[in-house]
Amino acid sequence: MTSRTQIELLPRSANVSRRGFVGGLSAGVLSAVATEAAGAETLAEIPDRGPGADLSAHSERSRFAKIDRIPESTPGKRNIDPGDAINSKTPHQKLVGNITPTDLHYERSHSGVPDIDPAQHRLLIHGMVSKPLVLSVDDLKRMPSISRIVFIECTGNGWENWKKADPDITVQNTHGLVSTNEWTGVPLKFLIDLVAKDRASSWMLAEGGDGAGVDRSIPLTDEIVNEAFVAYGQNGEPLRPAHGFPMRLVMPGFEGNLNIKWLRRLKFGNAPWMTRWETARYTQLLADGKARQFQLRMETNSVITQPSGMMQIQPGYNRISGLAWSGHGKIAKVDISTDGAKTWKQAQLSQPVLSKAQVRFQMDWEWDGKPTKIVSRSADDQGNVQPDRQSFIAAMGTNALFHYNAQQTWSIDEAGRVRNVLA
Amino acid sequence: MSSHKLVLTGVLAIALLAAPALAFDFGRPATPQEIKLWDIDVGPDGKGLPDGSGTAMQGKQIFADNCAACHGDNGQGGIKDRLAGGQGTLASNMPVKTVGSFWPYATTLFDYVRRAMPYPTPGSLSTDETYAVTAYILSLNGIVAADGKVDKDSLPKIKMPNRDGFIPEPEFDPTKLFRKSERRR
Repeated sequence: MTSRTQIELLPRSANVSRRGFVGGLSAGVLSAVATEAAGAETLAEIPDRGPGADLSAHSERSRFAKIDRIPESTPGKRNIDPGDAINSKTPHQKLVGNITPTDLHYERSHSGVPDIDPAQHRLLIHGMVSKPLVLSVDDLKRMPSISRIVFIECTGNGWENWKKADPDITVQNTHGLVSTNEWTGVPLKFLIDLVAKDRASSWMLAEGGDGAGVDRSIPLTDEIVNEAFVAYGQNGEPLRPAHGFPMRLVMPGFEGNLNIKWLRRLKFGNAPWMTRWETARYTQLLADGKARQFQLRMETNSVITQPSGMMQIQPGYNRISGLAWSGHGKIAKVDISTDGAKTWKQAQLSQPVLSKAQVRFQMDWEWDGKPTKIVSRSADDQGNVQPDRQSFIAAMGTNALFHYNAQQTWSIDEAGRVRNVLA
Repeated sequence: MSSHKLVLTGVLAIALLAAPALAFDFGRPATPQEIKLWDIDVGPDGKGLPDGSGTAMQGKQIFADNCAACHGDNGQGGIKDRLAGGQGTLASNMPVKTVGSFWPYATTLFDYVRRAMPYPTPGSLSTDETYAVTAYILSLNGIVAADGKVDKDSLPKIKMPNRDGFIPEPEFDPTKLFRKSERRR
């Protein structure tokens, strides 16, 4: 095939042209995902052109592009009734680029998705403030706003692999609880000034208007005060109900659970409240029976999404692609090993590389048809490196349930079948 | 428009841009009465606990009527979270995290029942009923006597079995986090 030869001819040093070329290939891969039925062999077989469907009020996905989230429960509980689901996972194996489509952003809730009329929604800000306020959605929209592309990640992302690796699962099952969107809203700092927060207040309680009234204590570090915001926009439109309509907290780089959805109360205090979610739930049990608490930041992480679990590849040219992210800052580097973590090569990062956002990485690979294992390893600009499975488990044990960021290994057998393995 | 008015408008515009927005430019002041309606959080020191009380005996019936369908008759064996037992399992390969084996504060139990339970109708239990259910769940774990009672004074004084089972992440350790900046002030 011509394109294959072209890739081999490209000099390894020609980084700029290679990057441009590889970027141009992504459309081909996308269509390969979308059209599974046998395609046209010659141009003569391509259907004739003709008038298309009427224009419409909004665009639907092509009937040939079948892409859905999967509602799931705790580790190992898959293929369940949506009524028993506690989360719904992003299909990373079918997506390209850095941004997650709005309707495919992962979803997690503790009491379902409330149906909130924005006209009847209020945000109460009170506690250690001089001027407690009640704000409407319209009030928020009138304020100075920011937009920022960030990842949000459930602390349960990766939890399928703590104790064992089910070979027959996809990257959607293993890593579908992280997504990246552009969020628009009002900086927390602006709201803090508005209510004249007492300087002695160092913690803030954020509470949702869902049935569970999910609430978390948030330390008011400089980083959080400067970066957190109350969002009402998601990828240019109002938040979707599953993601907090009409308003939610966005905490770039921090546990998904802190990004309180359906936000209805911010209370300023000077110590954490020790809510159920920050004591009984999102704490990490170590091997000695003690639990790590207030592990609020999401770690340096990456995963290969193509090829990944349950795919099958052919010998010869393959492009490896995946996503990397870090709650500490910007991804600085992603390395890929195609020999089971013995040797590593640096992958290319798709621009732009943003702080606390997912970034796409890719690398060309010639598979020789022999069984092997592929794995990615990310590093961020704060010097953090994604740990290998062995040292990660040595530090965390296998009972932590949350904050799994060990390197993800996919095995490939002689038939090219890609499967989930621990390492 | 006169030049005088133009200058005034300009000054106003600059003032609006430069100064932080005045407090009630957005929204409206929250009244103490309405804050009270939503101010439901309870801290580990008992701050926020309301007047009232409940006994484990009273709680047994309330639990049977409102909680047992999901959590099992004695807080075990239900389709949702197990609430009792599990003490001594946290370092094993199959840890059982319950109120008795894992939760560090009894105040959190009252807060959580009041805000989130019963699942289909959160907030439907009265204050006394919430205290009673709290007492009953604690009694299932041997933390409150079978004929024990809890209220806003006793609840914060209960030392849960796993109270010392948590290690704060150094970056966000509440006992150390804001010490430096407080000294600077």
